[in-house]
Amino acid sequence: MAMDTVIDMADTFGVGKQVHEQEVTKALSREDDSQTVGAPFVDAPRMVCRDVNVYYGEKQAISNVSLDVAEHEVLAMIGPSGCGKSTFLRCLNRMNDTVDICRVTGEILLDGRNIYDKSVDVVPLRAQVGMVFQKPNPFPKSIFENVAYGPKIHGLTNSRFELQDIVEDSLKKAGLWDEVSDRLDQPGTGLSGGQQQRLCIARAVAVRPEVILMDEPCSALDPIATATVEDLITELREHYTIVIVTHNMQQAARISQRTAYFHLGRLIEVNPTDQVFTNPRHRLTEDYITGRFG
Amino acid sequence: MSPNLFLVVLLGISALAYRQGKKKAFASVTEKSQRLHSLPNYYGVLTALWCFIPAILIFLLWQLFSDFILTGIAMQDVFANTPHLSPAEQNLLINDMRNMVAGVVSRVDANPLVEQAVERYLNIRVISHMALGVIMLIAALIPGCWIYTRIKPEFRARNHVEQIVEILLILCSTVAILTTVGIVLSVLFESIRFFQQVPLWDFLFGLKWSPQMAIRADQAGSSGSFGAVPVFAGTFMISGIALAVAVPIGLMSAIYLSEYAGKKLRAVVKPLLEILAGVPTVVYGFFAALVVAPLIRDMGLTMGMSVSSESALAAGLVMGIMIIPFVSSLSDDVINAVPQSLRDGSYGLGATKSETIKNVIIPAALPGIVGSILLAASRAIGETMIVVMAAGLSANLTANPLEAVTTVTVQIVTLLVGDQEFDSPKTLAAFALGLLLFVTTLMLNVVALYVVRKYREEYE
Ligand SMILES: Nc1ncnc2c1ncn2[C@@H]1O[C@H](COP(=O)(O)OP(=O)(O)OP(=O)(O)O)[C@@H](O)[C@H]1O
Ligand SMILES: [Mg+2]
Repeated sequence: MAMDTVIDMADTFGVGKQVHEQEVTKALSREDDSQTVGAPFVDAPRMVCRDVNVYYGEKQAISNVSLDVAEHEVLAMIGPSGCGKSTFLRCLNRMNDTVDICRVTGEILLDGRNIYDKSVDVVPLRAQVGMVFQKPNPFPKSIFENVAYGPKIHGLTNSRFELQDIVEDSLKKAGLWDEVSDRLDQPGTGLSGGQQQRLCIARAVAVRPEVILMDEPCSALDPIATATVEDLITELREHYTIVIVTHNMQQAARISQRTAYFHLGRLIEVNPTDQVFTNPRHRLTEDYITGRFG
Repeated sequence: MSPNLFLVVLLGISALAYRQGKKKAFASVTEKSQRLHSLPNYYGVLTALWCFIPAILIFLLWQLFSDFILTGIAMQDVFANTPHLSPAEQNLLINDMRNMVAGVVSRVDANPLVEQAVERYLNIRVISHMALGVIMLIAALIPGCWIYTRIKPEFRARNHVEQIVEILLILCSTVAILTTVGIVLSVLFESIRFFQQVPLWDFLFGLKWSPQMAIRADQAGSSGSFGAVPVFAGTFMISGIALAVAVPIGLMSAIYLSEYAGKKLRAVVKPLLEILAGVPTVVYGFFAALVVAPLIRDMGLTMGMSVSSESALAAGLVMGIMIIPFVSSLSDDVINAVPQSLRDGSYGLGATKSETIKNVIIPAALPGIVGSILLAASRAIGETMIVVMAAGLSANLTANPLEAVTTVTVQIVTLLVGDQEFDSPKTLAAFALGLLLFVTTLMLNVVALYVVRKYREEYE
């Protein structure tokens, strides 16, 4: 009796699966469901990710993502809310280590070295791969101290003058200098949300990382500040590698060279940005960018 | 009818008022376009409050003053017939009467006058109860009905209820303040009496504390000297030692618990640490006197120092252990309350764990940490039992922690224990010590507040 039920259920599922597969075959042009469409790999990668899976406890947030990040490129990551963009981004400098229940499998290489290797020290790694978070999180210190924090702990400067230069330079890059130059000694938490976010960008830039990860850096900014940050990103690209998560597709189109589309923890499509926005290869991507979904 | 019954009735009336008020609010909406200003509940609550509050106020006033007034009326005759009684004798008679009313003393062979007073008391008590009932009823119904008639859809019941609640909240906070004021005043008055006998200057700066007074004029040696310096020095030394033990240990364990320890370990260790605060201080006293003090003495002896068997060090060390959980547990809580995003921000810039703790977490948690240290300090300053058992009673003025010292609280206890006259400087000195202790801890608080203001880094 019980056995019968199980077989019945199996049958039902089997049928369901077939139907699903038919749909998917319709949806895809060529490739099989689990594989990323487009060009996830590049010739001279700065970062290499292979078969990355991320779990929060039992729950899988990222499955089998393989992706390269090229030197001097801006890689945009788009996708519906909760699809794992932040999670994947946080893998790239091991920020996920701070979440107890988070587990990462697979390989992520920076300049050919697996950053999840036991011998790798996360502290220099994070100085090398900097991060701007989704929510602005300035320290409850003065504006100056916020920006000076990184250079100080890494001993980047020998004198107060040098430190002041770095702070001024970073604030200018983040387009915040004009607004705060006369009140550097006031708490960073007293700034507006958008100003705080630019402060966090300045803080990340001040460490002079080689790769910068940005998680929706412009979500709290007005168009003018957004333009400043976009200019900054374009300028930074000459020296740095940038991975940026954004919900703003015009922004992705404006600043990025390649765009990766995530969906429910899977990397659906990676292609040159203009191609993704003019001629998406996967139906899910198309649905998303044409606004039919997400 | 007992007055407590009135309360039950009052609750019933209020419940009824609640229902009626709500009903009327519903009923008052006649046209479709009309809307109640507040939720219907508010109209009910408001009506109930207007019934309940005036009546309960009258009830409370009666509870406070009825006995006083009734006694006065009942004893009128007694005092009129026996005009030349001293206040003490009057009090005796009043007590007699009260006891008889309560039935504690049998009425046989009592003063007939008093017996009359008892009769009278019982009579007017019955009348007063009835009067109370009627007045409470009126006080409930009239305001209740008045507010009931005012219920209209545009009547702002919610705002009224909120106002009443606000007043209640203010009253509650006033209770705490008034209590403090009362305590300060009572101590202050006794202290003033003390300072009439002993000059303030001698008390504040005198270097000798020996409160024993000569009982007979010809007794030699004991003139009594009330210099508070040695006693306060003892308090500060012991508290200082205790804090020197508790603050580093407590803070470090808090940091370990919140930043390094795993969830499971924390769930075990934190309650274990908190047990320390639950051990009765007498037990700590045993521990200090029987284990720690001899240990220190033996160690001192092997190093060729003479250590008295009761020492400030022993008491301070044990007290320090006792107050560790105040520091660790509270600090752990505030450190945990620092948002994860701040840590992430610091780690994301490549800071190490210790840099993050030192530069971001501790400054953000500073107000709470200082608060926990203050709490521990006031606990240490107020602690008596451990000192009695481990540090002794002799008021030495010394900077050597290996000698016996005494503290303010211990002296207060020894001054007040036993049968004492309440007008000799010896007993009054206890109040002066208490007042000075109060002022000291107050200043400690002010300083801490200033420190927090200055160094606080506020996160949102
Ligand atoms: N700390 C965490 N613990 C448990 N689950 C988490 C945690 N962080 C994220 N997740 C889960 O992982 C999935 C991916 O989350 P993630 O934050 O990466 O989404 P996202 O793509 O960045 O979304 P958004 O665009 O809204 O920021 C979500 O389902 C989320 O619930
Ligand atoms: Mg996100």
